[in-house]
Amino acid sequence: MEPILSVEDLSVRISGLHILQGVSFTVAPTGVTVLLGRNGVGKTTTLRAIVGLTPPAGEVRGTIRMGAQSLLARPTHRLVRGGLGYVPEDRCVFAGLTVAENLRLAERRGATPAYDKVFALFPELDRRGRQRAGSLSGGQQQMLAIGRVLLNDNRLLLVDEPTKGLAPKVVTEVAEVLERVAESVPVLLVEQNLAVVRRLARDAVVLAAGKVAWTGDAHELLLETALTKSLLGVGSAEVKH
Amino acid sequence: MGTVILLALTGLGLAALYFLVASGLSLVFGLADVLNFAHGLFLGVGAYGTWWAAGNLPGAGPDGFGFVFAVAFGVAAGTLVAILVELVLIRPLYSRTIEQVLVTVGLSLAGVALLQATWGADARPFPRPDWTRQVTGILGAQVPNGGLLLIIAAVLVLGAILAFLRWTRYGLVIRAGVENREMVTALGIDVRKAFTLVFAIGGAAAALAGALGGVYFGTVSPGQGGSLLIFAFIVVVIGGMGSVVGSAYAAVVVGLVQQFVNYYGTSGLGDICVVGLLAVVLLLRPQGIAGKVATA
Repeated sequence: MEPILSVEDLSVRISGLHILQGVSFTVAPTGVTVLLGRNGVGKTTTLRAIVGLTPPAGEVRGTIRMGAQSLLARPTHRLVRGGLGYVPEDRCVFAGLTVAENLRLAERRGATPAYDKVFALFPELDRRGRQRAGSLSGGQQQMLAIGRVLLNDNRLLLVDEPTKGLAPKVVTEVAEVLERVAESVPVLLVEQNLAVVRRLARDAVVLAAGKVAWTGDAHELLLETALTKSLLGVGSAEVKH
Repeated sequence: MGTVILLALTGLGLAALYFLVASGLSLVFGLADVLNFAHGLFLGVGAYGTWWAAGNLPGAGPDGFGFVFAVAFGVAAGTLVAILVELVLIRPLYSRTIEQVLVTVGLSLAGVALLQATWGADARPFPRPDWTRQVTGILGAQVPNGGLLLIIAAVLVLGAILAFLRWTRYGLVIRAGVENREMVTALGIDVRKAFTLVFAIGGAAAALAGALGGVYFGTVSPGQGGSLLIFAFIVVVIGGMGSVVGSAYAAVVVGLVQQFVNYYGTSGLGDICVVGLLAVVLLLRPQGIAGKVATA
């Protein structure tokens, strides 16, 4: 199967620091591909480079393709309209706007927003339409951030640490939703919670010091205790939970 | 009592003028992070556009519908200049703060020089309807109609901006963009169109301030925009960058403080008090009255 996304020799330099150095990997057209690595290895920078959000002072080199289409040098709003959905780290909901306004912002001219689908996944968003997004709990904000993206058809979803800072029960709920989402659209996921990775991911790409250190089957990686410890800095206990 | 009413209403007239200039300035900074020192130019263009139209444009004049037409021409000219400034000079410089400051400061200086070269450096009498030269008795105070006109215009502009921010798609984009511009683009929205729009809104409000400021002061001069811009910046900082409602509150505070202190203290002391107020706000509440929120 042709990959939905291919990243070749991607290098990102920001303020003189080489964050990414020749990163290459592909994302399968179905299921979840997880991007792993210790803190600061460039996972978020990779997602932001793909969606065109590298800071203006940054320098991006290499090739990024979604299908046959080159993504580099295209403005972010065009990439997103072209089917690249992005759920950022820390949710980034608009705190001063209501839940309904956050969702309305994601509507696109000429397309019918899939409110039925979003409210079926997150009934709470429907009930809390008039509530300011800033007053939602972390889990509810995460649901809003994901729901906002799912209003439109996507060819690929980039999801950055969706379970970060959430209570265990909410982590399970978010994982369930992503599992259902991944049935219809491929997902490139950055995730630190290895239990979530075990549940969702089929393929894994591990970054270390701005380079690809390992690629392959996610479950094989998690079975290799010594490998996960050296690449991710976690032991077997954390992998199993 | 009559003196207090008069000072309060003339102070509110001044506040209205500051608000008209500051509202656009605040939205532009809140959304686009642009400190637009050329904003006074839009005011100058509005004032001179109205002044020129009243004397030269067929159908326009100093009275009745002709005056409304002249003001509309001045506002349209100010809006057009604001749009051109954004598209031609500011757009290539987003995220380059120092260059933006240099360009907008240079433009404001060049704009004043251009107005001086075209119509001279001296203040010129501003064409205005007779009723704006008269006064209205309110609770024993004889209040100039020009000031009341400014207050009414500012209230209408405030209502229109808030309705626009609250009820329209672009208003929603602007409110969201003031919070997190990057995330707006990540939802597939071309935020640059909103930048142009806030420049247009700000330019129109400043040009209206120029036209009605001409009525209020009775004259128009090339440097008028620059001197008002200083107080408008103070209003924006006190009100909170990006907040139209915050700018309205701050404009009222600044206008009243200036008017009362200048009257009961020494002339000029009010201006110093306003700068002192700015310092206090920066020390105690640096985000301003409302913080960085495009209130609707």
